[in-house]
Amino acid sequence: MHSREHDVLVIGGGGAGLRAAIAVVEANPALSVAVVSKVYPMRSHTVSAEGGAAAVIKSDDDLDAHAYDTISGADWLCDQDAVEAFVEEAPHEMLRLEHWGCPWSRTPDGHVGVRAFGGMKIKRTWFAADKTGFHLLHTLFQTSLKYDQIVRYDEWFVTRLLVDGGRCQGVVALEIATGEVHALLAKAVVLATGGGGRVFPFTTNASIKTGDGMGLAYRVDVPLKDMEFVQYHPTGLPFTGILITEAARAEGGWLLNKDGYRYLQDYDLGKPEPEPVLRSMELGPRDRLSQAFVKEVEKGQTIETPHGHVVHLDIRHLGARVIDTKLPFVRELCRKYEHLDPLTELIPVRPVVHYMMGGVDTDTLGATTLPGLYAAGETACVSINGANRLGSNSLTELLVFGARAGKAAAAYAASVRSSTPAARTLAFDEERRLRGMLGRRGGERLSALRTEMQRAMEAGVGIYRDAGGLESAAASIRDLQDRARRASLDDQSLTFNTEIVALLELDNLLDVAETIIYSALARRESRGAHQRTDHPGRDDEHFLAHSLAYRAPDGPPRVQLRPVTITRWPPGERVYGR
Amino acid sequence: MPEAVAIDIRRYRPEEEAEPHWQRYDVPFRREWMVLDALNYIKDEVDGTLAYRWSCRMGVCGSCGMMVNGQPTLTCATYLESLLPGPIRVEPLRGLPVIRDLVGELSDFLAKLKRVKPWIEREEERPTAAGEYLQTPAEVAAYKQYAMCINCLLCYAACPIYELEPEFLGPAAIALAQRYNLDSRDEGHEERMDVLSTHDGIWACTFVGECSTVCPKNVDPAGAIQRYKLEAALDWAKSVVLPWGRQ
Repeated sequence: MHSREHDVLVIGGGGAGLRAAIAVVEANPALSVAVVSKVYPMRSHTVSAEGGAAAVIKSDDDLDAHAYDTISGADWLCDQDAVEAFVEEAPHEMLRLEHWGCPWSRTPDGHVGVRAFGGMKIKRTWFAADKTGFHLLHTLFQTSLKYDQIVRYDEWFVTRLLVDGGRCQGVVALEIATGEVHALLAKAVVLATGGGGRVFPFTTNASIKTGDGMGLAYRVDVPLKDMEFVQYHPTGLPFTGILITEAARAEGGWLLNKDGYRYLQDYDLGKPEPEPVLRSMELGPRDRLSQAFVKEVEKGQTIETPHGHVVHLDIRHLGARVIDTKLPFVRELCRKYEHLDPLTELIPVRPVVHYMMGGVDTDTLGATTLPGLYAAGETACVSINGANRLGSNSLTELLVFGARAGKAAAAYAASVRSSTPAARTLAFDEERRLRGMLGRRGGERLSALRTEMQRAMEAGVGIYRDAGGLESAAASIRDLQDRARRASLDDQSLTFNTEIVALLELDNLLDVAETIIYSALARRESRGAHQRTDHPGRDDEHFLAHSLAYRAPDGPPRVQLRPVTITRWPPGERVYGR
Repeated sequence: MPEAVAIDIRRYRPEEEAEPHWQRYDVPFRREWMVLDALNYIKDEVDGTLAYRWSCRMGVCGSCGMMVNGQPTLTCATYLESLLPGPIRVEPLRGLPVIRDLVGELSDFLAKLKRVKPWIEREEERPTAAGEYLQTPAEVAAYKQYAMCINCLLCYAACPIYELEPEFLGPAAIALAQRYNLDSRDEGHEERMDVLSTHDGIWACTFVGECSTVCPKNVDPAGAIQRYKLEAALDWAKSVVLPWGRQ
């Protein structure tokens, strides 16, 4: 087995990972930092983000307003010290990105432009037309190329964290092109692998979003926090699940039911006005809009298609000038994937799994409970997103907490000694395990297991949940975990074996699925994106607290609660449109 | 509409076989399927050994470029229906060394990308407290088109020069160099010109224009290369006529 040593390893080459890697170099140029990613960094899922990134920059805005929108959007489940740090550092981070060349859309006088976004009371969302994530990722990736200290291991899949002496000392990674297994030793590791939307069948998430960082942390007994909170974005294209950005509504788009009626007015989200009104109607938060959709289906007011019930997103009245300058990608996606032109036709949409508010439990510096292990971005749960993330906070979160985690990891790396011999021994064990997987025969196809998992999650762990549905999903996942251990591979090659990677990803997906279900069972209330029909209503007395799912050696995870941090905004009613 | 369509895939597994060969798969035809959906059907239902890359399935991550019926193609953005009646021939992108099956080697492109310094170069970096650089919508428009490159490398597969002159920087890298040159915040133009005006920089290009034809994002690398040549030629003329004109 080959072994290499770096000071800091960053797992994942998307927005959070690249920002963390640059932050390590900025904090201490003498450190060696490596980005380990299962795909080339510019393929990372940050690339698919569309609408924008929120940060206070205009004179009519202030940090407290951004904090309040975020906290109320989160249904008070976020930690307010984390939110305060987030809104304060957001403008600085966004300006860094501007200085690094991000092609932000501008006002005529040359300043950065901002647009409205769901749940935000003031316009503060910076945007690069409707390909903000794409430009953000490529700007970070291209900027990272100028630092010779940043080494990359592209298309290496991390299979295990090496933990000895109570600290994380590196990872084991499979080099996909050759099938070689490597020990990458380090003084600090930053997880930045994104979310795990692929536990569900219908998702905006790219195929690579398999909860890898969450699974890696969970298996070394680091808790996963608030996993029950899964965000459904209200406007996905049917069949493909491709996202139509919230910016379409921010620019003035309407959601219509089968009668052409702006149905959100029936769900305590305000009155329909011809022009968009902030924190109202189509600019309400995603959880409330996705829940309203389900109610419309129940009332029989949606449109049935071969790919499920839909409503319509109408942007025709915005006209060609607005659509082509501010929403060109929406038009491109509709034409390509729906054979329609939104300039003259209605866009069919339905809620689609989009984002995980939960993730690896970290403090506000990105540190996990395991010394030497950090996490940032969607993989992590700091938490600023609580029970429901606001659109355009996640790209900013990548930057703010990617930078924080990188800085903290750099400081830690300078304070500890090199890895222990026991860490290397663990790496050999892992190599043996991986070699053993290749030889497996006679089991089920992994794609069948994956599909079954996705169906179980959709059936039992959707927008509305109850104990019965969650219990039966839990039983399915336990059964699938057993069967996955015996699944066999067609592919016995070492060279670019994508099937063994998919099997390892399935392990991560099943871990993520299990923690979502048991956290959802433990939370006997309804808050934000977690709605229990058997426990309607928010219960601050018992559940103004994060859930922490710990792996148990045998059987289901143990779920504990930890109170949220309140600084200046006591829990209140979430008010939209009135 | 047919019920099924034949897909011929160029397979190559270096551990099992010395030479690539063609393998045929019959997949159900569905009107809403892209070529990528057919590959996923094969992988999931028929033959788990097929290797290829994909991720976003919405034409923005740039992973799934392949030769389809001889044309460089983003497979997540090309309908099966547009390729009927078949058989549809799928091969790895031309011009890249093949690792296995439909997977090509990208390291040459990444090395070239780094050579053109695709980042903002400045004598001094402005502190964030000083705010943003002003850039009018027209100034953004000057470079934006070149910033749309998704690094899918269809242009390299289409480029007849890249195949013959492996040192040629290639269309996407040159377009990205131009993206930064044309950005009003950048001061790295001269340094990039030094890289680009060498023989393997821009001069190898004979303006075939295939790169711009196949680009799924309308980046127009051929236009970027032509602008560069003109500028380099003017630079050269200036330095001959006015030797003090170029410091």
